[in-house]
Amino acid sequence: MNETATPLLEVEGISKRFGATLALSDVSFDVRAGEVHALMGENGAGKSTLMKIISGNYQPDTGTIQISGTPAVMASPRDAMTAGVAIIHQELNTIPDMTVAENLATGSEPARFGVLDRRTMVAQAREKLARVGAQIDPTRPIGRLSVGMQQMVEIARAVAENARVLVLDEPTASLSRTESEQLFALIRSMRDQGMGLIYISHRMEEVWELADRVTVFRDGKLIGTRDMRADGPDRTTPGDIVRMMVGREISDLYVRTQHPAGEVRLSVRDLTGPGGIGPVSFDVRGGQVVGMVGLIGAGRTEVARLIYGADRATGGTVSLDGSPLRVRNPIEGLRAGVGLLPESRKDQALFLDLTVKDNISMSTLKQHSVAGVLRGGPLVRAVRGVMDQLKVRSNALGLESRALSGGNQQKLVLGRLLLQRPKLLILDEPTRGVDIGAKSEIYRLINEIAGTGAAVLVISSDLPEALGISDELLVMRAGQIVATLDARRATEETVMQHATGVSADDAAPTETAGTAR
Amino acid sequence: MSTSTAPTTDPTVQPPENRGFPVAYWWDRVGIFLVLLLLIALMSAIAPNFLSVDNAVNVARSVSINAILAAGMTVVILTAGIDLSVGSILAVAGVGGVLLATNGVPTPLALLGGIAIGALCGAVNGALIAWLALPAFIVTLGSLTYLRGLAYSMLDGQPLVATDLGFRGIGNGSVAGIPQPVIVMLVVYVVFWFLLERTRFGRHVYAVGGNIEAARLAGINVKRVLLSTYMLSGAAAGVAGLIFSARVLSAQPTAGNGYELDAIAAVVLGGTSLAGGRGRIFGTLVGAVIIGVLSNGLVLLDVPFFYQLIIKGVVIIIAIALDSLKRFARSTS
Repeated sequence: MNETATPLLEVEGISKRFGATLALSDVSFDVRAGEVHALMGENGAGKSTLMKIISGNYQPDTGTIQISGTPAVMASPRDAMTAGVAIIHQELNTIPDMTVAENLATGSEPARFGVLDRRTMVAQAREKLARVGAQIDPTRPIGRLSVGMQQMVEIARAVAENARVLVLDEPTASLSRTESEQLFALIRSMRDQGMGLIYISHRMEEVWELADRVTVFRDGKLIGTRDMRADGPDRTTPGDIVRMMVGREISDLYVRTQHPAGEVRLSVRDLTGPGGIGPVSFDVRGGQVVGMVGLIGAGRTEVARLIYGADRATGGTVSLDGSPLRVRNPIEGLRAGVGLLPESRKDQALFLDLTVKDNISMSTLKQHSVAGVLRGGPLVRAVRGVMDQLKVRSNALGLESRALSGGNQQKLVLGRLLLQRPKLLILDEPTRGVDIGAKSEIYRLINEIAGTGAAVLVISSDLPEALGISDELLVMRAGQIVATLDARRATEETVMQHATGVSADDAAPTETAGTAR
Repeated sequence: MSTSTAPTTDPTVQPPENRGFPVAYWWDRVGIFLVLLLLIALMSAIAPNFLSVDNAVNVARSVSINAILAAGMTVVILTAGIDLSVGSILAVAGVGGVLLATNGVPTPLALLGGIAIGALCGAVNGALIAWLALPAFIVTLGSLTYLRGLAYSMLDGQPLVATDLGFRGIGNGSVAGIPQPVIVMLVVYVVFWFLLERTRFGRHVYAVGGNIEAARLAGINVKRVLLSTYMLSGAAAGVAGLIFSARVLSAQPTAGNGYELDAIAAVVLGGTSLAGGRGRIFGTLVGAVIIGVLSNGLVLLDVPFFYQLIIKGVVIIIAIALDSLKRFARSTS
């Protein structure tokens, strides 16, 4: 790596404000030719905003962008492309019904007298794919390819358009192990050809394997950049990076009080659902926090939805406090005393256009109305009570929930559940995409709710979290519960062995790509 | 395991003071009202006889039917739906009300009957949309056609004149100088405002329109909410149909043809988002008045009818463009 050469891309003093939120504050950053520069940080730390600025999707409020030493204005994604900056988004940008060749040619279709020249198009596509070493038939519809192959096509397109800086946003999120390996090989070869790669990932192992430098973001600020190739006293350890990301020691984060485990409240027997879920059987006692872990696609969310009535069970029994629970829809689940915090806050839980008050009270309006007419006073008092409990300032009552941070939005959904006073609370990824401060609040709340004697089931893909807050862990694999572990004694390794079905001594696992994070 | 709680010094725990863009914020709330005031000022300056009590009463009376249709339409559009059949429902309910009244049914019952016919037509729409999950656009496009046919068939295609109609007052009468249709319109708006802002149902309407999956998971009976909104729209169209019949002292199977477009325009002008979940009922009233003032002013200015259509169409497109601009601004903030 040539440290003195002009960086391919250099940004200086970039700030970006959205409404009242400062998404990026005075960030300076560069990418050199022939390096992989990893970006790390929690969701909402500012990585994506910066990437959207350098790819021309957002305009910075202040700051400059230079391409190979020349000031550049990225007024649109097209400008960025012309300047040689391309981005591979987490959600792929392909058109599923069109062939690989058509996708590769979008915007520059070869034509003779205005008629599409298919033969040339396919030949060009073959050439573009060869440059990234991808063996893909250009005449296949792209939607039939695996996500990994589609990603290769996108990279091929970027390379064909002479991208010098390529941004990869969580590229391995839905890749298999083999596909990931292929991608890493391609990334290394692009690096060796002098491209600059920006690699965004939450996976420490990958960053460790690939990155030449790592930059950490937190709360819209650039915390620091570390040279991963440095040795001796400047050597970086994984612990250094984690400390930079969270800004505190992890061990203080999790909260778990020993509550006296009460009677069995939730009892699930041979529950089955569509898509090969179950049969699963387990119990949750009052005052107990049970964690449900497993790889993505292991069936955890599906089990939660069956218990709540969001989906219909095909067999088995569920009982709550000894009486059978037969729910066909969420209305019945809610009425029976089950509360669910859904997996996706924005898609399944929040009403972004509605106020904090409306969001918190939406499931319990009946208790605060007479003949369908709302009683404003008691409603506001109940909502204020919950907001105090959540430590959300009560003058936020009339704000649109859209204006809040991810962490506060998640607290609103939790607040809605608190008002329901559920006997059984199911939390599906309660801390996904929330900042560290809100995380610790959420852990405190989970602990408090369990303290009131409710049964709590927490689905988490964050293993340290699941281990840190649960009393008991249920490990799922392929729609079944494969292990029940004491969370105080279990380790990440034992959990992963059960989740993947591969013990540590065995050959290299084939399925860890979808590993829970 | 430690039980210590981490300190909550994180700044993001504090919600922001307000939504940031104060201009956008206020435009959302009073912008459309300013547009109306400007339009009135403009028309007063250039249109002869525009600024008079008589003309104001005229405008109010002519606005009332569209405004009532638009009130029902607002509730439907808030759920991200659409009701293209309101004009046809107006005809069926108007014809039904006259038939009841001219066949010996007491006036109050005939009025209730007309509204019930409207609500029933809406219930069929709502049931198909909620339970069969058919797109609202297609369902109500179909009912726009079959209900028009029904209105014709009820009278064998001929208008039925009823000069001594028991409820002719709601079309032509006045109370203290205020035309009765205007009073009915105001009552409809107060009722709809109450439903949307002060009842559980109203919150559910906004929830379903804002995020239907979240509404379902929050335990809201989404199907019942959808059914109710189309019934309300149908009932409002029923009220409008009765006023229409009373004004022309007859049952007209052609009544309300094409009225759905003006109603939708009033809703969108009034700031309700076609994507659902955002909007205010009184915005719709202002939107309907803008359309009424514009039409009235153009007539007073002797603008030929076809130019009036062009101007109205352009105004509607501008309103929809503003809506999508607002949505764009929100999605990037």
